[in-house]
Amino acid sequence: MRDLIRLYGAMLQASLGVQVQYRVALVIWLLGLVIQPVVYLVVWSAVAGQGAVGGYTRGDFAAYYLTMMVVNHLTFTWIMWEYDYLIRQGQLSAMLLKPANPVHRLAADNIAYKLLTSVVVLPMAVLLGLYFRPTLSLTLERVALFLAAIAGAWVLRWLLEYTLALAAFWTTRVTALNELYYGLFWFMAGQVAPNALLPPGVQLAAELLPFRYTVGFPVELVLGRLQGAQIAQGFAVQLIWLAIAFASYHLLWRAGLRRYSAVGG
Amino acid sequence: MSTHTGSSHTAAIAVEELSKYYEVSERSGGLLAAVGSFFRRRTRLVRAVDAISFTIAPGEVVGFLGPNGAGKTTTLKMLAGLLYPTAGQARVLGYVPWRREKEFLRRITLVMGQRQQLYWDLPAIDTLLVNRVIYKIPETQFRQTLDELIELLDLAPLLGKQVRQLSLGERMRCELAAALIHRPQVLFLDEPTIGLDVTMQERIRSFVREYNRRTGATVLLTSHYMADVTALCSRVIVIHHGKLLYDGALGALAARLAPFKIVSVALEDGAAAGVDWTEYGELVTGLDGNGSKVHLRVPREQAAEVTARLLSRLRVHDLSVEDPPIEAVIDRVFRGEVPD
Repeated sequence: MRDLIRLYGAMLQASLGVQVQYRVALVIWLLGLVIQPVVYLVVWSAVAGQGAVGGYTRGDFAAYYLTMMVVNHLTFTWIMWEYDYLIRQGQLSAMLLKPANPVHRLAADNIAYKLLTSVVVLPMAVLLGLYFRPTLSLTLERVALFLAAIAGAWVLRWLLEYTLALAAFWTTRVTALNELYYGLFWFMAGQVAPNALLPPGVQLAAELLPFRYTVGFPVELVLGRLQGAQIAQGFAVQLIWLAIAFASYHLLWRAGLRRYSAVGG
Repeated sequence: MSTHTGSSHTAAIAVEELSKYYEVSERSGGLLAAVGSFFRRRTRLVRAVDAISFTIAPGEVVGFLGPNGAGKTTTLKMLAGLLYPTAGQARVLGYVPWRREKEFLRRITLVMGQRQQLYWDLPAIDTLLVNRVIYKIPETQFRQTLDELIELLDLAPLLGKQVRQLSLGERMRCELAAALIHRPQVLFLDEPTIGLDVTMQERIRSFVREYNRRTGATVLLTSHYMADVTALCSRVIVIHHGKLLYDGALGALAARLAPFKIVSVALEDGAAAGVDWTEYGELVTGLDGNGSKVHLRVPREQAAEVTARLLSRLRVHDLSVEDPPIEAVIDRVFRGEVPD
């Protein structure tokens, strides 16, 4: 375990060193990340008008989407787009030759990015808050649970999307698969609409599928949208999906290695 | 559970009937064929490596020769644990390579020409520092090895520069350093001098020789530059179409596979007109030399007789009888002109 910590320490340093140099690219990424929730916020605010929709007033939507923006930023990954590239450029081979699972270097890249960009995203959320006036009432207890939920959300999303990325071992047409994933994700994770506003059937699906537990669940939790039992239930489902995701990753990784043809390099 | 067979193992690398087959989808050109392939995929079996066997003792430097597509790189990748074989066995330092045990990976290295090991945007030294943690290299050993590598590869001015600012030769030296910083006991070098200029090639060769001398590491090196092989390897394994054609001493290769001599003749001015060279031997193209010299390939046992005939019948200005250059031998083996 200590070895793993030292490993991540070294890799984080290197990843930070690399990403610090791509300032312009970082800014462009961030703009994209910010625009989406702001658009939804504006649309839903218009729908709510001076009243409320499904228990959400304008202020509630502002709180929801600004928090969503931060949480999504903290948990998102790009690994499924990158993996095919890594294989073809030979970088995966280079990583496989070393006595360290490539997943660690790639996770370190992800974490390093979040560390760097949080410096900009968090102030940005605050600034947007000054304009959109979110209705916020936080408690220490909820914030503590929120942090736990985010940690689980990050790991879950990472495992899910990394496992999806492993499809690159079997096909070069990964884009189609990724688009399918994102199509579902958008709806179910809480980005198109807060969970409570989804039609009943879809809401049930969203509560059973893993997507909500990577973004929507922590957001609803910290904003006080969930009762005690719902919070416990949420954590339970998150844990179950964590176990499933880990098992899937493990199986696919082994199967993928057997199949790997190292053609890129 | 480790698959390590323990210290009773004497060979550094032991390969038995190792094979790697690929299914490659195949179709002819044209629209009709393209549509047809949507419904039914035709595949062909490619035997990249076909039941090869060999054993390499610790400390040996062995050359792996073969034309492109022969299966050398595929074999190296299997021995380094990158690829799963289709059939056969192998053990490197007692480990089964494709089990990818950490203890195994810590003891080997595979250097490929286009290797992307170094962090592109960082100075090379940063990759070395990360490797130190990955390979769990003790601090003093790290310092010592680093100093040696700096000396042998002349890295001092390079380590602080961003990798993307280095020239190809400089980058190759840094890649080598990163590949060797953990002092592996087995080196797999795949075309290590490809794309480099002559000075750099020579430098890499002497470095490998020196590393082998200092550490006793086992080296398995592929190349299609004969100079790499003649400079470093006393033993060669020749592979073609995935099959092992020859495994033995380099010198004996020429003798066995090419029982020929090259007779080079220069005639006095004007004497070359009307001469039918085929009476004496096979005219060779591709050997260096200006136009006034003629090179003939003559079977060994006929060399003396042909030489005598040439000297008596023609106005010879200069004549020499030599063994064919090793490149020519290998070349003919690959083109299937020499029976094995």
